[in-house]
Amino acid sequence: MTRPPRPLVLAGLISLLALLCLVSLASGRVWAPFSAWTDHDDPRWAIIFDLRLPRTLLAVLVGAALGMSGAAMQGYTRNPLADPGALGVSSMGALGAVLTLYLGMGAQAPWVVSTAAMTGCLLAVLLLLALSGAASSIVTFILAGVILQTMAGAGVALALSLAPNPWAVNEIVNWLMGSLADRSAADVQMAAPFILVGCGLLLLTGRALDALTIGETGARSLGVNLTAARWRLAVGVALAAGASVAVTGVIGFVGLIVPHLLRPIVGARPGALLIPSAIGGAVLVLAADILVRLTPSAGEVKLGVAMAALGGPFFFGLLISMRRRIA
Amino acid sequence: MSRLVAEDVRLRLGARVVLQGVSAAFEVGRVTAILGPNGAGKSTLLACLAGLRRLDGGTVRLDEDEVRTMPARRRAQRIGFIPQTPEVAWAVEARILVGLGRTPFIGARGLSGEDAAAIDRAMAAAGVEAMADRDVTTLSGGERARVLIARALAGEPEWLLADEPLAGLDPGHQLDAADLFRRMAHDQGKGVIVTLHDLSLAARLADRILLLADGRVLADGPPEVALAPQVLAQAYGIETRVVSGERGVLIDVLGRAG
Repeated sequence: MTRPPRPLVLAGLISLLALLCLVSLASGRVWAPFSAWTDHDDPRWAIIFDLRLPRTLLAVLVGAALGMSGAAMQGYTRNPLADPGALGVSSMGALGAVLTLYLGMGAQAPWVVSTAAMTGCLLAVLLLLALSGAASSIVTFILAGVILQTMAGAGVALALSLAPNPWAVNEIVNWLMGSLADRSAADVQMAAPFILVGCGLLLLTGRALDALTIGETGARSLGVNLTAARWRLAVGVALAAGASVAVTGVIGFVGLIVPHLLRPIVGARPGALLIPSAIGGAVLVLAADILVRLTPSAGEVKLGVAMAALGGPFFFGLLISMRRRIA
Repeated sequence: MSRLVAEDVRLRLGARVVLQGVSAAFEVGRVTAILGPNGAGKSTLLACLAGLRRLDGGTVRLDEDEVRTMPARRRAQRIGFIPQTPEVAWAVEARILVGLGRTPFIGARGLSGEDAAAIDRAMAAAGVEAMADRDVTTLSGGERARVLIARALAGEPEWLLADEPLAGLDPGHQLDAADLFRRMAHDQGKGVIVTLHDLSLAARLADRILLLADGRVLADGPPEVALAPQVLAQAYGIETRVVSGERGVLIDVLGRAG
């Protein structure tokens, strides 16, 4: 197995991300050539820096959060199907946020929605880990995810059907579909600290994730504190994925696809996958958001919808290739 | 001289009492084999000795430290442990897997040159250098078991506790591994404790046999004492005959004791 050296892979991913950032700032309904970037009087300057810059930054932050959360969850559970979107973690976060929207608390202060979303995510991760710890079989784990997903979906549907007014319904539905459109610098400021702290916590689990390659008993015999690792993972995913859900709604499949694509390039050691998965997640979300913006249609296709359309078949293919292990 | 001492170790799993007061002292420089029928508590006792199980009573001490309460990193530096199931979750190269054995030693900077040298020595000792770059999930069960032995050796621990390390190996590699354990104990002065099922292999490998039955010590001593026919009849309910071969004893199982 020959693979490109790690610094080269990281440099490649970062260059790709930088390139996409430039494209993201320049492209959209209005094409902004580089001459418009420095001219403050050009109306396109405002488009670039007031509209597209926050959107680009959010795409990078949210993609990194989801990519790294997926890689860390897969490493901890030793299960390549783990992902905050697929296992209902994001949905539980969405339920938390929807409840605040439903109760009309979302308008009072922006942190209410974020806090509710992160609480929902934390609850979901803790439930998943409790279940996967008791019987670390892939089947129980996926079933637990399905249950969480279904419960969260039912809760959201209930909130929708009981919604006090059409605005609340509209707000909830729009938000649920997951989008980066019309986000402001305030959204970036709110999400960034939580995502950065969450990713920092996840990075601290790297060595424990590596050791878990030989199972829980093996990892403990190597002196790894699994209780600490579990808490870092749970809180890290809750902060990173929860803050992402709070500002962009549910964007699924990023954490599932990215580590899977990177494993052949950077190797399967879980700790070594965390940083590349964060950059890869940012690349994927940013690329998808650029595509969504450039798609010629009356209204903009929601990013969450586009990602699900891409990710669904990918997930299906992964399941098929794994069916021997599951059976 | 390092000593690992279990005193009146008791452990329940749910309603079942797995260990009901096991006491035994182990010294470095010897190979001890823990034997006993299925469900006798062999693996559980080994995990308790390695500090991996919460006890319901009694203590396990490594010199002056209690293994449950000593810092996990220091415990891991001194006691290497090989779990029973050769579990490997990800398709990593054998060398990376062996490198996990250095986990209790590595600092923030990652693997040092000293770590790399220890990994090389461990792979050479277990005879798996040729597999260094191979994906572990493509190895056969026996090859993977040998890579996992190398993983435990990479930490160069003072004590090696291995749960069924010879299961799944062919006779040739069983002998190699048995020789490796004996050399570790006799030449390098390490303490080696293994659980086994094969009576003849145990008689040949171990300096001392700890025979468990129903969570108690039934016999403890050199192979010719602990594997005597009347002891085995009581432990396993089998009739045996001890055959003296050129290179130690063979336990010939004749049938069910009846």
